[in-house]
Amino acid sequence: MKQVPALKIDGITIAQSLAIIEYLEETRPTPRLLPQDPKKRAQVRMISDVITSGIQPLQNLSVLKQVGQENQLTWAQKAIRSGFNALEQVLWSTAGKYCVGDEVSMADLCLVPQVANAERFKVDLTPYPTISRINKTLMALEAFQVSHPCRQPDTPPELRA
Amino acid sequence: YPVFPQPILYSYFRSSCSWRVRIALALKSIDYETIPINLIKDGGQQFSEEFQALNPMKQVPALKIDGITIAQSLAIIEYLEETRPTPRLLPQDPKKRAQVRMISDVITSGIQPLQNLSVLKQVGQENQLTWAQKAIRSGFNGESFPLQTHPTLFQVSMADLCLVPQVANAERFKVDLTPYPTISRINKTLMALEAFQVSHPCRQPDTPPELRA
Repeated sequence: MKQVPALKIDGITIAQSLAIIEYLEETRPTPRLLPQDPKKRAQVRMISDVITSGIQPLQNLSVLKQVGQENQLTWAQKAIRSGFNALEQVLWSTAGKYCVGDEVSMADLCLVPQVANAERFKVDLTPYPTISRINKTLMALEAFQVSHPCRQPDTPPELRA
Repeated sequence: YPVFPQPILYSYFRSSCSWRVRIALALKSIDYETIPINLIKDGGQQFSEEFQALNPMKQVPALKIDGITIAQSLAIIEYLEETRPTPRLLPQDPKKRAQVRMISDVITSGIQPLQNLSVLKQVGQENQLTWAQKAIRSGFNGESFPLQTHPTLFQVSMADLCLVPQVANAERFKVDLTPYPTISRINKTLMALEAFQVSHPCRQPDTPPELRA
């Protein structure tokens, strides 16, 4: 697919972030990234898919290249706002401390990077208080900090934390 | 255990995402009721307040089952798999499961969202065909790689449920399938199976008469 991420692990290479994450969950099951209850698992996957199928693909680099530079910001903002409008509503019935209840799940792993994208594209987050609250709570956790774009081996010096 | 009424699927006959779920329900012999949501009529019935309350994403499919409503086709299919586990739609081996999910995601995140109705509306009518063809070709080009290097999936899986509706989309957008012999072969094999036929867009309660099988 000529895309990142790809994970080379246990003798295989897996692409597609959620396929990777579900494999990690099945082979390294603790701590859990998916709840035990099938209905809550469905909620986690639904929220994850809203982001990974409904928002991000519409504002990724290759699509933005196609819409042309002068349209990029508007296009990306529209994709994100449209998705966040729906997501905010979904979260009203699923969220506790995090996207689904009070345990960090795969949905939260999708949310934080998408909020960062929203900020990069100057989307005003005021209409999405639940998304903002959950994002803030998650960003206090170490895993979300060490993995941040500003702390990677390839982070340019001017963006490094 | 509480007894719930028959599952209800909110579906549009032509929606490839809805078709994926219809195949899963057919393969698992799950009886259900269809409530058609016409994505074009009345400005799009998915935008009605009633439907929005059910599914804030304002998209099909949505499945009302066991007292909950699930949206997003793969989330629905994985729920069906976990609660009605036979026949399997995901292999037992985690590495094979990863392959199935990877191929599914290539289609559901990499191809279909770029050629769905709401995106095509945005690119404008004169650009729609080219845009859709590009999205599908680009995805099928990348798709061929996992399919050719992982020939070990001998059971119908969630990946196949995603493939067939996407090939139908390709045909609708007049994408030449000659460069994708593996995709074509698998599609043909699957279309011979009953579950893929009964769930076909031409056989739904909301199929228009002129498109009915």
